[in-house]
Amino acid sequence: MELTGFIVQFLNGLAEASSLFLVAAGLSLIFGVTRIVNFAHGSLYMLGIYVAYSIVQAWGQTPPGFWASLLAAALVVGLLGAVIEIALLRRIYKAPEMFQLLATFALVLVFNDFALWLWGPDDLLGPLAPGLNGSIQIFDRYLPVYDLALMAIGPAVLLVLWLALTRTRWGTLIRAATQDREMLGALGVNQAWLFTGVFALGAFLAGLGGAVQIPRQPASLMLDLSVIGDAFVVVVVGGMGSIPGAYLAALIIAQLKALCVALGIVELFGVSIAFPKLTMVVEFIFMALVLVFRPWGLLGKPMAPQRYTGEPDAPLRPATAPFKWLAFLLVAGFAALPLLSGTLPYASVLAQDMLVAVLFAVSLHFMMGLGGMPSFGHAAYFGIGAYGAALALKSAGLGMLGSIVAAPLAAGVAAIVFGWFCVRLTGVYLAMLTLAFAQIVWSIVYQWDDVTGGSNGIVGVWPASWLEGDAYYYFTLAVVALVIVMVRRMAFSPFGYALRALRDSPLRADALGIHVKAVQWTAFIIAGTLAGLAGALYVFSKGSTSPEVITVGKSVDGLVMVLLGGIQTLFGPVVGAATFVGLQDYFVGITEYWRAVFGVVILLIVLVFPQGIAGYFKQLAQRVGGPA
Amino acid sequence: MSLLKVSHLCKRFGGNRAVDDVSFELASGQLLALIGPNGAGKSTTFNLVGGQLPATSGSVTFDGTELLGMASRKIAHLGIGRSFQIAATFASLTVAENVQMALLAHRREVYRFWRSAVHRYRDEALDLLDQVGMAQQADRPCSELAYGDVKRVELAMSIAGNPRLLLMDEPTAGMAPAERNALVGLVKRLVTERGMAVLFTEHSMDVVFAYADRIIVLARGQLIAEGSAEQIRRHPKVQEVYFGTGRTFGATGQEGGAA
Repeated sequence: MELTGFIVQFLNGLAEASSLFLVAAGLSLIFGVTRIVNFAHGSLYMLGIYVAYSIVQAWGQTPPGFWASLLAAALVVGLLGAVIEIALLRRIYKAPEMFQLLATFALVLVFNDFALWLWGPDDLLGPLAPGLNGSIQIFDRYLPVYDLALMAIGPAVLLVLWLALTRTRWGTLIRAATQDREMLGALGVNQAWLFTGVFALGAFLAGLGGAVQIPRQPASLMLDLSVIGDAFVVVVVGGMGSIPGAYLAALIIAQLKALCVALGIVELFGVSIAFPKLTMVVEFIFMALVLVFRPWGLLGKPMAPQRYTGEPDAPLRPATAPFKWLAFLLVAGFAALPLLSGTLPYASVLAQDMLVAVLFAVSLHFMMGLGGMPSFGHAAYFGIGAYGAALALKSAGLGMLGSIVAAPLAAGVAAIVFGWFCVRLTGVYLAMLTLAFAQIVWSIVYQWDDVTGGSNGIVGVWPASWLEGDAYYYFTLAVVALVIVMVRRMAFSPFGYALRALRDSPLRADALGIHVKAVQWTAFIIAGTLAGLAGALYVFSKGSTSPEVITVGKSVDGLVMVLLGGIQTLFGPVVGAATFVGLQDYFVGITEYWRAVFGVVILLIVLVFPQGIAGYFKQLAQRVGGPA
Repeated sequence: MSLLKVSHLCKRFGGNRAVDDVSFELASGQLLALIGPNGAGKSTTFNLVGGQLPATSGSVTFDGTELLGMASRKIAHLGIGRSFQIAATFASLTVAENVQMALLAHRREVYRFWRSAVHRYRDEALDLLDQVGMAQQADRPCSELAYGDVKRVELAMSIAGNPRLLLMDEPTAGMAPAERNALVGLVKRLVTERGMAVLFTEHSMDVVFAYADRIIVLARGQLIAEGSAEQIRRHPKVQEVYFGTGRTFGATGQEGGAA
């Protein structure tokens, strides 16, 4: 490829870096101060584009009007941010980290449907910027003039933010809060308004990041989740809470992507490497590398531990007799469903989905609840299980049972490799690395047409004839019930005790001679293997699989299930997954805006049952039955 | 022969020498107190010996085995128990389960996935809890305990592995004076009965002077004095750096205000 191509791609990368930086800076600020991982940040970006689209229609004919429209759109989103902070987040700052995440994810659902309702399902392309609609010639290629403006906006915002953070009292407070917000509160600073201000500013920046895209990118309902992934990567690579870090990371990532495009297909040692195919995944590979060598990001510092992180979990108690009866009745109930096919033909289909979801949630809970290792990428193992089973059946000819055995093993092998890196980190950083690996897996599956069928996936994966229909349902029920019993046993085995112990205090566990990382790694592998089993059961129930099963959305579903049921109880993921599937199915049936309704339900649960559904009933039972 | 031998131990944090050329020895059956003003390097010394921090230079041998560079969990398996300045226990386990966990870890039974551990070593755990006066609270979650009680659970956990050496960083912080005496008295009994060696720090000077067989004094990372209670009390350098205000220890049985 010629040099001019590289230059144009480099400039393009600079413009991309500005956009990335605007979103990521807001996310980083919000995380630094409030410690909330704001999943809704991509939604704020998306709303920024939509709102800008509408305002530009009215005011955007002249250059001053156009830029005023963009600013106004960002202000609207900033205001929305303030409202979110005051109405929702303020109530849950002391909730466990993952619960806050759940609340912001509910907002993603609500905002997405809000945009669907207000602006409709079609992509909306805004007008070109008046006065900046030409392009300039660079050697033999053209670059839009607007990109030049964009290139300047990023560093300009960086400069303003940096000055505000280092030269103003407000900035000093923010930096202090990033280091130790309890101490700041103890000094008499009103944290409530500081947090509102920071959240509004972060939302403003996200809105601005969206608004300035108007001439380049159509407003689309897909943007929220695609942008949040990029923004997470930039924030984590730059170092959570570091604004210059966010710019540096945005710059590196945008340039890496540009480089992949510029390189094209290259012959290297006789192997042809299609670099453009790497654009989807290069940022995640880079993030994984950064996290392995610099766990706090390029310019980040280790975070001060939070003093208040919610109530510690109550000790797990072995199942009581009434509980065992309840569990038995539940299994019996599930077993009876196919018999009701006359009156409720759909019941066993739904129950089949529930069972797969339960297994998926139980596997996630094993590492997240018992092991304290949150994962944003658990769908990777589910997906490897699904694809593993499909490939084992169709390509390797292992037969159905062979495939169901091989699939979890494949997922387990992936967990061995990914887990080795992941257990080196903790908390949000660990979660981000799991996300990175999931994205890498997704990108391989999505683009490796010859083997995985690319975006079409693999079809025609049906169970053997002796296990068709109801027989397969009973098979699933038996497997899932067996795994739940097994996981319960493990929770009370020496290994389960060690896992819970090192979640509470890795320092003490280590001083007792427990190899903390090895135990976590083992738990990670078990969780991955079980998720792979869920994937295998899934693929035979649906007859097909597509890259959809490995997306961020699928991973988040798992998180929602676990948190909905209650992370502190062993039965939580079971209740959570069944509720999740049931509610989703019900809402899809009654309204086009089922996501929003679902989001509102999640918000209510977060606010009313902060311990999750099963956790709530457990507490209720304890209150009724006297203090435990 | 000495069980623990620390020679020329150094730890630098940037330009700050937190532990500067410290050497001392500790024999089995001895209770050695490590005292010094705040910031003297006491906790750092503990973390170097226990393997929680890497040393800059020097040597620490335990029964002839070099500890520096060894992972802290392996040090634990050599028979070195420890407690931390800020007590570290497992908040979501019950008191008894905390001690059972210690026993399971010591006996290398962590990688057992099937057999229930609910009752495993429970009697032994209750016995240990009885020794530290916590048997009554065995089935309470550790998160509900008063801080002094957490410290006692931690002690039960650190002696569960039958260690030959116990490192105790402020074992009695958060306890009333009478409790302190009782706890250190218990440790002293373990020292004499089991021939265990104990290295501990303590801010309460009456406890130190009443129970320690020997005392070493750290100040600004350097070892400035070593000897019996009487020798330390009279040591001019100790009086200079440690009791610079002119206050000395008169009566015993009263809280020493040394911190």
